[in-house]
Amino acid sequence: MHESSHSTEPKGLKGRIIAATGVNINQCYQCGKCTAGCPLNEEMDIQPNQLLRMLQLELPGYEDKLLRSMSIWLCLACDMCSSRCPQEVLLSKVMDYLRQESLRQGKVNPKAKDIVSFHQSFLESIEKNGKLNEMGLTVSYKLKTMNLMQDISIAPAMLSKGKLSLFPHKVKNLKEIQKLFKKTSEHKGGEQ
Amino acid sequence: MARIGVFICHCGENISATVDVVKVAEVASTFAGVAFSTEYKYMCSAPGQDKIVQAIKEHKLTGIVVAACSPRMHEQTFRKATAEGGINPFLCEMANIREHCSWVHDRTDETTDKAIDIVRTLVAKVRRNAPLFPIKVPVTKTALVIGGGIGGIQAALDIANAGHKVIMVEKQPSIGGHMSQLSETFPTLDCSQCILTPRMVEVSQHPNITLHTYAEVESISGFIGNFDVKIKMKAKSVDSSKCTGCGECWQKCPNKKIPDEFNAGLSNRTAIYTPFPQAVPNKPVIDRVNCTWFTKGGKCGICKKMCKAEAIDYEMQDSFIDIKVGAIVTATGFDLKHTDFFPEYGYGEFKDVIDGMQFERLASASGPTAGVIRRPSDGKIPENIVFIACAGSRDKAKGIEYCSKICCMYTAKHAMLYKHKNHAGKAYVFYMDIRAGGKGYDEFVRRAIEEDEVQYIRGRVSRVYEKDGKLMVKGVDTLMNSTPVDIEADMVVLATAIVANKDSEALAQKLHISYDKHHFFAEAHPKLKPVETNTAGIMLAGACQSAKDIPETVSQASASASKAIALFSNSEMSRDPSVASVNNTNCTGCLLCMEVCPYLAIDKEEIKDRSGNLMRYAARVNSGLCQGCGTCVAMCRNKSIDLQGFSNEQMLGEVMSLLNKPF
Amino acid sequence: MKIGYYPGCSLEGTSKEYSDSLFAVAEKCGITLEAINDWNCCGASAAHSMNHDLAVALPARTLALAEQQGLTEIVIPCAACYSRLSQSQNELNDNYVTKSRIESYLDLKISGTIKLLTVIDFLKKYIYPVADQHVVNKLNQKTACYYGCMLVRPKEITVIERTEDPLEMEDVMKIAGATPVKWAYKTECCGAGLSVSKTDIVAKLSGKILEDAVSNGAESIIVACPMCHMNLDMRRPEIKKQINKDINIPVLFITQALGLSMGIAADKLGLNKHFVDTDTAVKCIIKKEA
Repeated sequence: MHESSHSTEPKGLKGRIIAATGVNINQCYQCGKCTAGCPLNEEMDIQPNQLLRMLQLELPGYEDKLLRSMSIWLCLACDMCSSRCPQEVLLSKVMDYLRQESLRQGKVNPKAKDIVSFHQSFLESIEKNGKLNEMGLTVSYKLKTMNLMQDISIAPAMLSKGKLSLFPHKVKNLKEIQKLFKKTSEHKGGEQ
Repeated sequence: MARIGVFICHCGENISATVDVVKVAEVASTFAGVAFSTEYKYMCSAPGQDKIVQAIKEHKLTGIVVAACSPRMHEQTFRKATAEGGINPFLCEMANIREHCSWVHDRTDETTDKAIDIVRTLVAKVRRNAPLFPIKVPVTKTALVIGGGIGGIQAALDIANAGHKVIMVEKQPSIGGHMSQLSETFPTLDCSQCILTPRMVEVSQHPNITLHTYAEVESISGFIGNFDVKIKMKAKSVDSSKCTGCGECWQKCPNKKIPDEFNAGLSNRTAIYTPFPQAVPNKPVIDRVNCTWFTKGGKCGICKKMCKAEAIDYEMQDSFIDIKVGAIVTATGFDLKHTDFFPEYGYGEFKDVIDGMQFERLASASGPTAGVIRRPSDGKIPENIVFIACAGSRDKAKGIEYCSKICCMYTAKHAMLYKHKNHAGKAYVFYMDIRAGGKGYDEFVRRAIEEDEVQYIRGRVSRVYEKDGKLMVKGVDTLMNSTPVDIEADMVVLATAIVANKDSEALAQKLHISYDKHHFFAEAHPKLKPVETNTAGIMLAGACQSAKDIPETVSQASASASKAIALFSNSEMSRDPSVASVNNTNCTGCLLCMEVCPYLAIDKEEIKDRSGNLMRYAARVNSGLCQGCGTCVAMCRNKSIDLQGFSNEQMLGEVMSLLNKPF
Repeated sequence: MKIGYYPGCSLEGTSKEYSDSLFAVAEKCGITLEAINDWNCCGASAAHSMNHDLAVALPARTLALAEQQGLTEIVIPCAACYSRLSQSQNELNDNYVTKSRIESYLDLKISGTIKLLTVIDFLKKYIYPVADQHVVNKLNQKTACYYGCMLVRPKEITVIERTEDPLEMEDVMKIAGATPVKWAYKTECCGAGLSVSKTDIVAKLSGKILEDAVSNGAESIIVACPMCHMNLDMRRPEIKKQINKDINIPVLFITQALGLSMGIAADKLGLNKHFVDTDTAVKCIIKKEA
């Protein structure tokens, strides 16, 4: 008797992604069209079609490699891959899951620190204000990454052109926003 | 007084290992109407069948139940034995205690009880069986072949050479089909027209074949052995009996701007034209949709002035002929997707992105560039060509999940032809897999790679765009760590998907044959009946059934022909008598049965009195068309129609017996 | 005529000129834009990268508020916000399990029936019919219309017809009297949300876009997304360094271009707020022939 492929307990990463996103990773037949059209195919450490291959094969060490890759953080979510995939594999949804899972398991690639810090600073600003406060975001990001001199040159221009407000615009019912953040952080596991 | 004989088969151990066959035989002997009951190891064997023959004679049996395998296996066998025993073969039924019982259960008492139930049910049926006699229908020994490509040509020649008449209908002005457009054929690189045109001439000269070109099937009715077909002969505007084929008309025609279908749109033709120099028949037709005389109210008329044979007739009308045939072979071929199907490759707007058939025409000595591969945009010879395989095929997102089968081979062929003509040129093939399963096929592809140095890259191309007169191809090599491979190409050839002809759905509905969601015609059984359809008497040959290459098409065509020839080997054919029949005294003429019959086998009968006055209407079943589905029986409100061999009485008898209720 | 409006964080901040020009054009054509009360950030790329439910919930709150306000249609000029709100609305409509969960976080019900419009949908529906009355100038320049990613993908939520070679923005530019050029990088990504954290990647990708536009004769680039604008405009110095070319063509929002053709003053359209000087574009304007 072999294990039924219809068991309700998805075990490996592939199974969890299929259950959470509805994307059938088994459909990918490795044609490479996603990689061929990806704007970052010269920068990624694991190419888009290779990511899917590793998910399909489920060999020891692959899950770890995937979650620790730079590719998942470099991905721009531009959807070029999904829009051209002949098998309709929505790779961008898979990428979202892998990013979230990488965070959940604490396996973020050290070189992606800047990118993750930016996202985190962004969300902190939203949690505090309901809308983006560019000043707050900038300060938070610089402190997290210690890129203190970054974009210093454009700050004066931004201010004078009225593109950078010193004081945040805030949502009135901030409690609602904070409740959203609290509730959505409790719902782990990523089922959708 | 019923005297049924019951024979329980052990089927080796297939049944006896799970069912207590001895007990079944014992219990069966107690059933009402059973005069004889026995069991035996192999009923289908010669001694087994002999038991039936002997038992009928000895015990004066009036019916037989053989409890064994599925009737699909051996109903014929046991009915033959029953006939040998001297009673009507339709008084024999099979009780399936193998597929329906021993093969799906474990050995328990309940299993044996189930077998007993099944046998009892069939005994109850057979007590109500009536003798039935095969229905004879006459056979018209003429075949209709729809389509004049290589498939139609092969089928027509096979049937004609067997001594039967063939009528071939082809909608283009000439026969030959897509094979006539090809440059060379794989794997031998034979010149396509050189091997095809002798066959075309043979068809036109064969005494048994009547060829109608520029003609289409208008309607079909009837049934196997007896089809009535109406053919529409489109007005050619040229009287072929007078035309000498001299060619003055199309040489002088001033309207030269019509895209030439034969050259896949790469060049233009005139309004009066023959599709290609070796056309059969080699007489021109006028394309009325584009001809100035017809579109501009009588202007021009040059061809008529030029024609010394006075063969041009602008007044000619479409005409219709009615023919009677016994079998139909459908060989209507395929269509190709064109480059406009691909948004990521330019929406068909880049002149130097072409499809496979366009490449064939470029490579062909009789093509628009006399066999020199040139860029359609500027006529220059490309220094490199990128071939993209699987363009549209195996592509769920584009709605074509199937493989088009021939493209791996013709792409290798195209790349080789280019390299043979341009030794210094570079040929790249972006592929996913290489499907080269035929005889000599894999060797052919290896030759392209190993000897002609065609560069095969495993990966799909994401996008092609134009830049400074070149085509920028963005691909990938999945065998080399998925490295992006970008090529600046002079020409891109897409191996586009094969699709059904755009008229297939309409034709299938006229023929009453099934088709799938892609409009390919459906074979009767994918493994064992590849050239027949579910409609008796209509066969399939070639790509109209599914994408395939020339050898497979020719094989299918000969197979279809053999079915037609088998049909024609008798002047009459026998049909299964399990058909519906109407009690027209009871029938109220509501004709609900006629409305629901899927085979159009029921029509209205006039019931007249002795003076010939119309009293009423009743339904009438055409036993030649009826397939015995029973839909009419279900619809009939007052039980005036019944199915022979599966009558209401027989069915009710089975059901009541299953419930162990008297009936 | 009044329709709903979702500015998103960029139109109130770094791309204020997009908002200014949109309002100027709408005002000229007699259309009032009513902002959604107490709208919040859509979550942008941060939310969907880090937390799926948050990515659905943040736009959902805005949608619920818009419904409460009685709005039936909202224009979302920022292409990325449009994408987030549409995807959220779609997911809520398709998956009732997710929908009940999100509704429970919000304590609000969402019907999911509001029609979401991109700026192009808005222009086609409300501005085209009256354009003739208001267009007085010809832009008289060659423009490259840049769609970026979010206006054409994912195909399930966008309504652009030719996703590989769209022509909707070109139609608008023809009305404005410009000559749109044929070019190949219309829908290639500019580098999106990596503008701050990986500026070199943005420089590379946006550089390719600029180069292709210029090599096809473009004198300006027209955009409909604040992120694209920022990458092509504010990041110009980094781009120039990356590709080693001195490209100075300005980047205009489509509403700015249309506004110029309607005779609206350049500073009212916020054209003085760009990093790359827009004078070259403004100077090309000529009066439209009667």
